[in-house]
Amino acid sequence: MTITAIIFAGILTYFTRMTMIALISRDMLGDKIKAVLEYVPSAVFPAIIFPGIFINDFGTFIEMNDPKIFGALVAIIVGYFSKNIIATISAGLVSYWFLIFVVFS
Amino acid sequence: MLTKKQLFTRGMLDISPHMLSVIPFGIICGAIGVELGFDPYLVYAMSFIIFGGASQIVFLQLLSGGASSLVAVASVGIINSRHLLYGAVLSEYLEKLSFIKKLLISYVVVDQGFAESNKFFKKNRNEEFLHYHLIGTGCTMWVCWQISTLSGIVLGSFVPEELGLKFAIPLTFIAIVVQDLKKLDHVIVMITCGLSSLLFFDAPFKSYIIISPIIALFVAAMLLRLKK
Repeated sequence: MTITAIIFAGILTYFTRMTMIALISRDMLGDKIKAVLEYVPSAVFPAIIFPGIFINDFGTFIEMNDPKIFGALVAIIVGYFSKNIIATISAGLVSYWFLIFVVFS
Repeated sequence: MLTKKQLFTRGMLDISPHMLSVIPFGIICGAIGVELGFDPYLVYAMSFIIFGGASQIVFLQLLSGGASSLVAVASVGIINSRHLLYGAVLSEYLEKLSFIKKLLISYVVVDQGFAESNKFFKKNRNEEFLHYHLIGTGCTMWVCWQISTLSGIVLGSFVPEELGLKFAIPLTFIAIVVQDLKKLDHVIVMITCGLSSLLFFDAPFKSYIIISPIIALFVAAMLLRLKK
C-alpha cells in the first residue's frame, strides 16, 4: 500500500524535474520570462532558509534570542567575505554550538 | 574547451562542499523513517524512487500522523514542484541534448546541483559538453544521498540530536545565495520570498515552498519593469 504511494510520489517528483527540461523548448519562453528566471535562485532558496531558521520542529516561531539567528548571521558574514561554502556552513554551526553548549548551558 | 571528464569532475568538486550538510541530513532522514515505524526497505525505496530530501520526511510524517496516501503524495508533488523552476532555467543549456538524454539527466536535478551548475553554466556558456557538469553535481548528490539515508536506516540516528544538525540545511543555502546580497534587486526578491514563506508556512500541503517563490518572481518581474 505504502509502496504504491511512494511510486506515485516518485513519478510526480520525476515529472517536476523532467517537464521543463524535456517538454518545453527554450523558444517557447519569451525574453521577459528569461529575464525573470534569472532570479530563480534568489526567489526559491529563501523559502528553505527562512523556515529553517525561524520555525522550530513543532511548527511555531522561535524566540528572537534563538541561537539559530546568531548562527545564520555569522554564516552570512563569513560566507559573504570568504566565498567559501565549507567556511560558511562551519561558521554557522560552530557559532550556534558555542551559544547552545557554552553560553546558554 | 573542457572534456566531458573534466566537466564531470568540476561538477563533483563544485557540489561536494554541500555534502557537509547533506550527509548528516540524509542520516537523520533515514533514521526518522525507521523511528516512525516504517519498513526499512520502504524508507530506503524512497531515496531511490523519490530522491527528494525534505519531501521524504514530510511524506512519512504525514502517513504516520494518519493522513491519507493522497494527501501525502500531493504534498510531495507540491514540495518538489520547485524543480519546475530549475528546469525552466536549465532548459536553455540543455536544449541541444537528445530527448532520451534529457529524460535521463532530469532524474538527478537537485537543489544544490541546480544552484552550482547554473552558476557554472552562466560563466561557461560556450562549452560543448556543459551538461556533464550537471551530471557531475547530480550523481555526487545521488551517491551521497543513497549512502547517508541507508546508514541512517541501518545504524539509527548515530548523529547526536543535541547537535541540531538540521540547521546545516539553511546554512548550505545561505552559502549559495550569499554573494547575491551585493545586488539590491536580489536582496528584495530574497526578502520577499523569505517573509512570504513564514507568512504562508501553515498553508495546506506545505505549499509555502512554491507560493513564496511565485510571489518573489512576481516582485522580480516588477523590479525589471522599474529598471527600464
